[in-house]
Amino acid sequence: MSKGQRLATWLLVGGPIAVFSVWALVDNPRLYLVTLLNSLTLASLYFIVASGFTLVFGLMRNVNLAHGSLYLLGGYVGYVVARETGWWIIALAAGFLAAAVAGLLIQVLILRRMQGEDLRQTMVTIGLSIVIADFLLWIFTGQVYQMEAPEWLQGPIRGIPLIKAYSAYRLSLLGFGIAIGLFLWWLLNRTRVGTMIRAGVDDRAMLAAAGVNVNLVFAVTFMLGAGLAGFGGVIGAVELSMVPGEDTRLLLASLIVVIVGGMGSVVGAAIGAAILGLAETYGLAYAPTYSVVFTFVILIGVLAFRPRGIMGKAA
Amino acid sequence: MSAAQWRRAMNGGLAGAAARPRPASPPAVAAPVAEDPYADSDAPRWLKYLWRTLSARHVFTAALLLLLPFVASPFLTYQVAAQALIFGLIALSLSFLAGYGGMVSLAQLTVAGIAGYAVAVLGSSGTATSLGWPWWVVLPFALIIATLCATLIGWLSVRTDGIYTIMITLAIGVAFYYLVLQNYTVFNGFQGFQKVYPPLVLGINWRDPMPFYFMALFWALAGYFFIKWLVRTPFGIALQGIRDNPRRMNSLGFSVIAHRVAAYAVAGVLAGIGGILLVWYNGLITPGSVGTGWMINVLVIAVLGGMKHPIGAFLGAVVFILLQTFAIDVIDRERFNLVIGGVFLAIVLFSPDGLLGLWAKLRSRFGPNQVLTSTPTRRQP
Repeated sequence: MSKGQRLATWLLVGGPIAVFSVWALVDNPRLYLVTLLNSLTLASLYFIVASGFTLVFGLMRNVNLAHGSLYLLGGYVGYVVARETGWWIIALAAGFLAAAVAGLLIQVLILRRMQGEDLRQTMVTIGLSIVIADFLLWIFTGQVYQMEAPEWLQGPIRGIPLIKAYSAYRLSLLGFGIAIGLFLWWLLNRTRVGTMIRAGVDDRAMLAAAGVNVNLVFAVTFMLGAGLAGFGGVIGAVELSMVPGEDTRLLLASLIVVIVGGMGSVVGAAIGAAILGLAETYGLAYAPTYSVVFTFVILIGVLAFRPRGIMGKAA
Repeated sequence: MSAAQWRRAMNGGLAGAAARPRPASPPAVAAPVAEDPYADSDAPRWLKYLWRTLSARHVFTAALLLLLPFVASPFLTYQVAAQALIFGLIALSLSFLAGYGGMVSLAQLTVAGIAGYAVAVLGSSGTATSLGWPWWVVLPFALIIATLCATLIGWLSVRTDGIYTIMITLAIGVAFYYLVLQNYTVFNGFQGFQKVYPPLVLGINWRDPMPFYFMALFWALAGYFFIKWLVRTPFGIALQGIRDNPRRMNSLGFSVIAHRVAAYAVAGVLAGIGGILLVWYNGLITPGSVGTGWMINVLVIAVLGGMKHPIGAFLGAVVFILLQTFAIDVIDRERFNLVIGGVFLAIVLFSPDGLLGLWAKLRSRFGPNQVLTSTPTRRQP
């Protein structure tokens, strides 16, 4: 892309957004800023869930369509643990672990048997998502569960200029998102496992030839990816609520995030999550009936000009 | 398909395209021409063709399909047979794309839903926002809209290939679901449209089980034979070539993208017809009819039957609908998804080619050595 083209892209995309922002800021600054915070916090939830998805995809070329079900599983397990122990932190860990173990079982027992058959693996995960969703419906019924935020995160934070008050829990989501992002960056760039994962993303065969136990790396990555979904489930259980159907919603969000951001890239997942969060929340706030259309337009736009996503590399 | 077979098929396709620039070259060009044992008799050509290809099982199946509504109860005719034919048609559009084009599109039900919504919005229904146009305007419009949308979906998703297709089409399908769920001005939101009935034509109430069954049967057979014909035309052969090796086909001078998008358009027509029948069958359309559950069910049907032959879609649909209708007598109604998910998992895990694959395996073990599927390839569906 030449310099002129890049400038044109920025103008074309950024121009309308800038005009809208100025208008909205003058019109109702509080609404604009609250929406901004809302969208960023939603984006961090999306990022947490989608980063696991993109990690698994990047390494194994395996679209795990059961990711949404793992999210829901983590949320339910977290809810039960929080109800029994009363500790939200333990619930977080339990949600992560439950989903991670489920992911490990899926990878070791099923997906490993069909290594390299991408499409078949994807179909298996579809079947699994049906089965898991139905099991969860069986156990927890269609009732809506809402988890309570831990006490130290309940209630609003007051005294912020312009916004006045904002939910502490929602703000903490932003912190969680950033923390997970930093953790993943550290894991991928500063540890031995991360080096292996990155090497596997670039060239699986070469990694195996270098004497690394690829199956182990796959299992660890799948565990981590599934665990992140479960972790997101516990966080989302407070913010959104748990009910059958949420799995599809988060799966769709993850799909769009990684398609827009570029599959296999954690940075791309962050960018995609931010874009999706902004589009959805601003859409809901300013044009309620068409919020989905915005998301869709973004998806089409990105696919039309960057078929592999913003940060995507050619396969 | 072996390399030699390939070359022959490719050469046939190329020669046909070069020698006859007319768009509709007859299917005989690409088909391997067998020695005609009845060349000396003076029967018409089509009769000889029928005589050559027909066998006992064809006659048996045709008789069964035609006689079924006269012997079976209206419930079986309408709820089981007609529904299976409709879902078979929609699944056929998917198995054509996946089996012959190598593109697993989950958005086929969405295309069907678009056609259904077009019928409901443009035609008459129990909702005030319907425009109430006459049926002979509505139906072509609905089909055109569905085909255009299918082409657009295809154009979007063929930009990326393989595994990405499934994600993008899933995203498109779910996005459409949320669109019709949240939009009240056009799609009437959660309630959707009730009382969308087929029109009274020729004095027949097409909603009655028997006329409806024959209407569904007609379109299902039309779709089935159309696909059977299409995959042996130069276009179909080129599409299969693109499925197996896009790079090579590209360097042979075939436009990969154009062929793929055209395949989406063709599948869109089939899915659109299926969608119109489906909305008449249900008598209503709501966001639930285009939700993920049914999107995945269409995939389940196609995979269950097997994607290597057009008949697989209908086979899968019959099994699926029978399971759906009668499994609830054995188990709890709520647990139906578990059964269908389990069956789907078992099929994917143990017989990737579906019931057709099982049948072929049994035949090769017990029967004379024959190839059942029309396109034996190494690729997974």
